[in-house]
Amino acid sequence: MSLTLADLKPGNRVRIINVDTADDAVVRLMSLGLIEGVELEFINSSLGGDPLELRLYGSAISMRREQARHFHVENTD
Amino acid sequence: MSSKVETVKVPLEKLTATLPPRASVALVGNPNSGKSTLFNRLTGMKQKTANFPGVTVEKRSGKLSIDEIPIELIDLPGTYSLTPYSTDEKITVSVLLDRLENETTIDAAIAVVDATRLYQSLCLVQQLIELNKPVMLVLTMIDVAKQDGIQVNIEKLRNILQGIQIVSVVATSGAGLPEFKSELVKLITREYGDKDSFWPELREKAIEIQAQLSQEKAATPVHEIERALIDSTVEFDDPTLMGHVSSTRQSLCQDQAPVAVEARQRFLLSKQIVEQVQTSAPPVSQWVARLTTKINQPIPATLLFFLLMAVIFQAVFAWATPLMDMIDNATAGTGQWIEGLLPTGMLSSLIVDGVIAGVGSVIIFLPQIIILFLFIIILEDTGYLARAAFLSDKAMRSLGLSGQSVIPLLSSFACAVPGIMATRVIPDRRDRLATIIAAPFMTCSARLPVYALLIAAFVPNTNIGFLNLQGLVLFGLYLLGIAGGVFTAFLLKRSALKGPKPSFMLALPEFRVPNLQTVLLKLLDRARIFLKRAGTIIFFVAVIVWALSYFPRSESIQSEKQAAYQQAQATLNDEALETRLTDIDNKAAADQLSQSWLGRSGQFVAPVFEPLGWDWRISAAVIASFPAREVVIAVLGTIYAVGAEADEATLSERIQSASWEDGTKIFSLPVVIGLLVFYAWCLQCGATIAIMRRETGGWRWPLFAWTYMTLLGYSAALLVNFLF
Ligand SMILES: Nc1nc2c(ncn2[C@@H]2O[C@H](COP(=O)(O)OP(=O)(O)OP(=O)(O)O)[C@@H](O)[C@H]2O)c(=O)[nH]1
Ligand SMILES: [Mg+2]
Repeated sequence: MSLTLADLKPGNRVRIINVDTADDAVVRLMSLGLIEGVELEFINSSLGGDPLELRLYGSAISMRREQARHFHVENTD
Repeated sequence: MSSKVETVKVPLEKLTATLPPRASVALVGNPNSGKSTLFNRLTGMKQKTANFPGVTVEKRSGKLSIDEIPIELIDLPGTYSLTPYSTDEKITVSVLLDRLENETTIDAAIAVVDATRLYQSLCLVQQLIELNKPVMLVLTMIDVAKQDGIQVNIEKLRNILQGIQIVSVVATSGAGLPEFKSELVKLITREYGDKDSFWPELREKAIEIQAQLSQEKAATPVHEIERALIDSTVEFDDPTLMGHVSSTRQSLCQDQAPVAVEARQRFLLSKQIVEQVQTSAPPVSQWVARLTTKINQPIPATLLFFLLMAVIFQAVFAWATPLMDMIDNATAGTGQWIEGLLPTGMLSSLIVDGVIAGVGSVIIFLPQIIILFLFIIILEDTGYLARAAFLSDKAMRSLGLSGQSVIPLLSSFACAVPGIMATRVIPDRRDRLATIIAAPFMTCSARLPVYALLIAAFVPNTNIGFLNLQGLVLFGLYLLGIAGGVFTAFLLKRSALKGPKPSFMLALPEFRVPNLQTVLLKLLDRARIFLKRAGTIIFFVAVIVWALSYFPRSESIQSEKQAAYQQAQATLNDEALETRLTDIDNKAAADQLSQSWLGRSGQFVAPVFEPLGWDWRISAAVIASFPAREVVIAVLGTIYAVGAEADEATLSERIQSASWEDGTKIFSLPVVIGLLVFYAWCLQCGATIAIMRRETGGWRWPLFAWTYMTLLGYSAALLVNFLF
């Protein structure tokens, strides 16, 4: 099984390799710049483990695990 | 060409032939990029600004002129692209694409770009440039970018963006504004050459479609066809055009979502641009970055949130009391001074019992209002409001809502009206409605004076541990409001507003130390609004209530009073006489009040509130406060000013000693608690009802909310009276 944004720990740096656009909410997240090739840092998860906080190019974005699962990533560090 | 334009000092090369008398220029950019701050700087207006996305949710325009060139500047809600998801984004896109009828069209656009988030903003910038209207780019937050070690090579960026003008500013301090202004003049007065599309394939396809259209339909602009190819909510009347669009969309996107196809296209370019023009060094001061990371951790952030809240609730009483006492004594003193100055009669009564007792008893809550807004402004400007949305998303989910609803709900602590407006950022209609109905339950700043009056008068000022009891009770009342709203939203999302689970996504703002000047200006503005309200609406109501309590004058009560006076003077002396005369005065005043129009209508509605243990005076005050909550204080102030003992100068003292004919206190424990609960849950606010009607597009929801909340408040007060 491949690694997704939902499987990371604080401090992990990854690159998006594939976005599964089946979900409308995922498509909306792509409008914030979450596309293939972009590098991200996983910052933290909120109280109770959800939603997640990620950082890309100076912007912090939060999303739920449910959507994070659709972003397939690879480690860069 | 108007003569004004020719007097411009800027060297003009070519003036566009159709320069309108007042060029309208729109500020467009991602949420939270500093558009409204810049707008305020340029127009001198006071649009709300705060450090979270979705502050501006409507179109606002302001006027300015630079070098005698008149400009209409338009502030818009933020958006990430020209495909809108929520109501606020739809407004921006409609304005930009001239989709609205009867609205002036935009002559030029200013792309406002947060220099620290260049990557995210370049998608919208590409789309804007392709609209083929004059566009310039302004980089804001240059100060923050420097702090973070981010540098943007403006020359390179300008080349890549086909030569559009670029300036950088610090909107909060005003640095860079002069250059910005002169560039803006150039933008609207000089020739602006055509620009190429950053996505040629899309442009070609749109032109192909346009070429296939019959003569009269060819008026559909290319960029509108482009948007329709991506955004399936765009509709044209012409079915053949719609047919072309959907078949072309199929060939452009295959089976992918068009929005995803566009995002990939635009952000791939954005990424390449950023890699060429932006250099990053480590932040200037490491400790700020480290501290920010620490306090953004979920648990410290939550604790800090509650700590801040606790401090504020303590402060509302501990810090405000000395100030309040000062204002209180000053108003009471003024009253007594005027009473001594003027002969007893109508004028003196109007000023002392009407204006001073009515308006004065509201004004004394100014310190509390300031402290409350200090709290709200700190939440807004540090970015904590958005953090709260992030932290509470999971809890909100169990109610059927999402963290997205938290920002409007917390904004309602100031006032439900902007809170309800702020729900425009929620894309799903059902979630938005549930949030709108929950918003008036949040304790707004008009409830604060009502709570503060009753708490200060009836809750002992003692400490429990290191917490002040009055502050704790106030905190409890805020929780009661939240509980009411949350419970209602929960019920609605389970019944009438059942729908798919809402998703959650949010661009979290950076934690920022609030700018002292901004905070002070915002506070001052709040104080001004509060005082203006006291000087207009409350003043107006106080005078009406006074007139209702003063008229009609009863001859028999006056003659009875005269007779009693004479009898007393004949039989009593000295102190006994004094006491007797005061008693006679008070009895006459009370009789006069109870047969006045106010007294009669109060007694008429009193049976409705009798089960709650309220007398006709409270009933009258509560009824009068249905259009606006804080009116209750003005009315109580006026009612209890009549026949008050000399040593009871303040409203608080007066309601403490108010008693029934048999000597028992009117404001007993169940009555006080009942009133507090009633005010916590009742919808007594004309402005909220009006905005609910506007935002939901009908009377159904506001009527439901009003009936439901009134019944809820009444039943709760009834239950309290029954239990205690
Ligand atoms: N340090 C710094 N802060 C700024 C600057 N410009 C704006 N801000 C702050 O950034 C925050 C956002 O500013 P706004 O003007 O409300 O942003 P906006 O683009 O209107 O946001 P929306 O209405 O939500 O789309 C506020 O807290 C401002 O005080 C700047 O140049 N430097
Ligand atoms: Mg704004």
